[in-house]
Amino acid sequence: MMASFTRLIAGRNPAVLLASLGAGTVAAGVLLSDSSALSAEGKKSLYPPSADFPDLRKHNNCMAAALTPAIYAKLRDRVTPQNWTLDQSIQTGVDNPGHPFIKTVGCVAGDEESYEVFAELFDPIIKDRHNGYDPRTMTHPTDLDASKITNGVFDEKYVLSSRVRTGRSIRGLSLPPACSRSERREVERVVVTALAGLKGELTGRYYSLGDMTEQEQQQLIDDHFLFDKPVSPLLTCAFMARDWPDARGIWHNNEKNFLIWVNEEDHTRVISMEKGGNMKRVFERFCSGLKQVEQLIHERGWEFMWNERLGYILTCPSNLGTGLRAGVHVRLPNLSKDTRFSKILDNLRLQKRGTGGVDTAATGDTFDISNNDRLGKSEVELVQMLVDGVNYLIDCEKRLEKGQDIKVPSPVAQFKK
Amino acid sequence: MAKNCHNDYKMKFSGDEEYPDLSLHNNHMAKVLTRDIYQKLRGKSTPSGFTLDDIIQTGVDNPGHPFIMTVGCVAGDEESYEVFKDLLDPIISDRHGGYKPTDKHKTDLNFENLKGGDDLDPNYVLSSRVRTGRSIKGFTLPPHNSRGERRTIQKLSIEALATLSGEFKGKYYPLDGMTDAEQDQLINDHFLFDKPVSPLLTCAGMARDWPDARGIWHNESKTFLVWVNEEDHLRVISMQQGGNMKEVFRRFCTGLLKIEETFKKHNHGFMWNEHLGYVLTCPSNLGTGLRGGVHVKLPKLSTHAKFEEILTRLRLQKRGTGGVDTASVGGVFDISNADRLGSSEVDQVQLVVDGVKLMVAMEKKLEKSESIDDMIPAQK
Repeated sequence: MMASFTRLIAGRNPAVLLASLGAGTVAAGVLLSDSSALSAEGKKSLYPPSADFPDLRKHNNCMAAALTPAIYAKLRDRVTPQNWTLDQSIQTGVDNPGHPFIKTVGCVAGDEESYEVFAELFDPIIKDRHNGYDPRTMTHPTDLDASKITNGVFDEKYVLSSRVRTGRSIRGLSLPPACSRSERREVERVVVTALAGLKGELTGRYYSLGDMTEQEQQQLIDDHFLFDKPVSPLLTCAFMARDWPDARGIWHNNEKNFLIWVNEEDHTRVISMEKGGNMKRVFERFCSGLKQVEQLIHERGWEFMWNERLGYILTCPSNLGTGLRAGVHVRLPNLSKDTRFSKILDNLRLQKRGTGGVDTAATGDTFDISNNDRLGKSEVELVQMLVDGVNYLIDCEKRLEKGQDIKVPSPVAQFKK
Repeated sequence: MAKNCHNDYKMKFSGDEEYPDLSLHNNHMAKVLTRDIYQKLRGKSTPSGFTLDDIIQTGVDNPGHPFIMTVGCVAGDEESYEVFKDLLDPIISDRHGGYKPTDKHKTDLNFENLKGGDDLDPNYVLSSRVRTGRSIKGFTLPPHNSRGERRTIQKLSIEALATLSGEFKGKYYPLDGMTDAEQDQLINDHFLFDKPVSPLLTCAGMARDWPDARGIWHNESKTFLVWVNEEDHLRVISMQQGGNMKEVFRRFCTGLLKIEETFKKHNHGFMWNEHLGYVLTCPSNLGTGLRGGVHVKLPKLSTHAKFEEILTRLRLQKRGTGGVDTASVGGVFDISNADRLGSSEVDQVQLVVDGVKLMVAMEKKLEKSESIDDMIPAQK
């Protein structure tokens, strides 16, 4: 048996051989006729892409919908300039077949180049996730001019708090799934140095996760600022919790309404928030803070990852474009019981979450309402849509309080032609 | 496929910048890994692409454990133990009682060399079990292997196990293919292993692609069981109710040797060498990879001031009846051999048999309110 294998192997292309004989038995023959060490190069020819293609039959995420055997075969052996691979990108989607509340993306970028090197996979995922946005033909508008927002102050009888968040990545350093310890520490250094330059109402302080005192930790918990080691398998399977809590931290201003997370799911997450309904002011601070931070890192020769096809580059494809989630905690006791609630939200391009965030269900009558979209519309457009939408919801609530009827609004237009 | 085949790029950064923060850590890896060793080894990689950072990731991510001193590193392939010997040899020495790089390990799977073991009092010894692991030559290990490799390991295992007959005739249940009825039965039998939740394993990359190519095989009488592609390529378990450790060990040795024969016939030996014995994923399981143990009722002895000392002298360890990460319930302990490397399978099971026999005798004395001071053993 062995002798015939070695004769065949001597004269034939291993890939063809494997296809006809079955990888396992030939693997044995080839391996033991050479040395016993299985080299990385050797593995590639012993195991064709078809042998490694993941079993996605029970899966329901964007990656599983987009990844065909042909795409996998084409991309499996490619690497980004930092040696990040397709298998690493998709690991989280292979390990997490589905999610009860949301259709997850199922893949992450390890670096800026991932979106190019693995474009055959990321492009259809981006299209699927972002309402048909085509990175090959479309451009993404960036607009951080908060003065354009109208009607951005909500009735505080309904809106309890307002918040805008986004993420920013530092160009030239790998993203959280891929970064080495020194890269992560460099992200921390670059960002913390820049934040130390903020002044006025943005003057603040950095708290390193590993170094904070118990008192500081308790204060951050009480303020609802402290983020903890990720427990969600969506993140841990994407290697984002490695080396915790090394180079992770929280910065916030003295007023506690502008907050930056360092090295959690993205290099930075930037959050502007306040109690009450003044979304306009929240967004103004958001834009002003972001611009100042950008200026401060420019002064030291760094910049954010951005391009005009994809906007701001972040770890998860769902956060491309603006990476922006603008939302409120709003009481809607009557509207939330109306059967048209979901349809109204859909047409306004809004989503609801529980007040604990992405993986929670709502308790009582208070909902986290935020924009659905991230890519293809600018920050100003998305915040205005959120503002208009929330005002509409409050109007509905008021009508229902008075026993009046409400209307389901027509769907908001998708991309500008 | 390499988990983090990033190494050439990382060499741009200095060893100092990459060195992990181990200041809060208490595991074998953290004790051994100095900046110098890190600097020396960080540029290396095994032929299949496993690197130092891959080896230590689980130990960096898991600073300590409440009950046991963890190892804090794993091998990605057979060659890891050679390429990274400057790190792994001291860890092996620390973990395995001073075992030296020049020492030789003895393998003895001749069950007839075990003396006694068929007369442990079943009023105290509720069940007996022996487990070990085996790695198949020519494949990388669970922290590192690709889906293609893992599937091939499963395929070869199924073929090998299907050739077993007589008391070893059995059936394979793939984790992602079993019916609900089969799953319930396996849970009731306490056979079903689930996706690892322990961060010691998940941070080492061992749960990737779950449940692809994982499964359980067992014989008809449910006394011989093989896990495929959990923490090691194969985990082999012989078990039964009661105290007949001799029979458990006989079945263990016989079954293992039959399985090894079949794998060898298909040209897949097990990873073994005369220095490290059987090569497994975790350095703590090198040598015999054998954990032979009993569930035994020791409510009085376990509260005796000298209990820990007795265990240490007998070269035994205690665990809760839920296994490695649990505490005891109702005075029932899992007592097993502490050693893996530097003594043979027969030696280790002998220690369990002799030690448990002694402890049951002590328990009986304590029940009668008699002293056990003259029974305390010397250090074995």
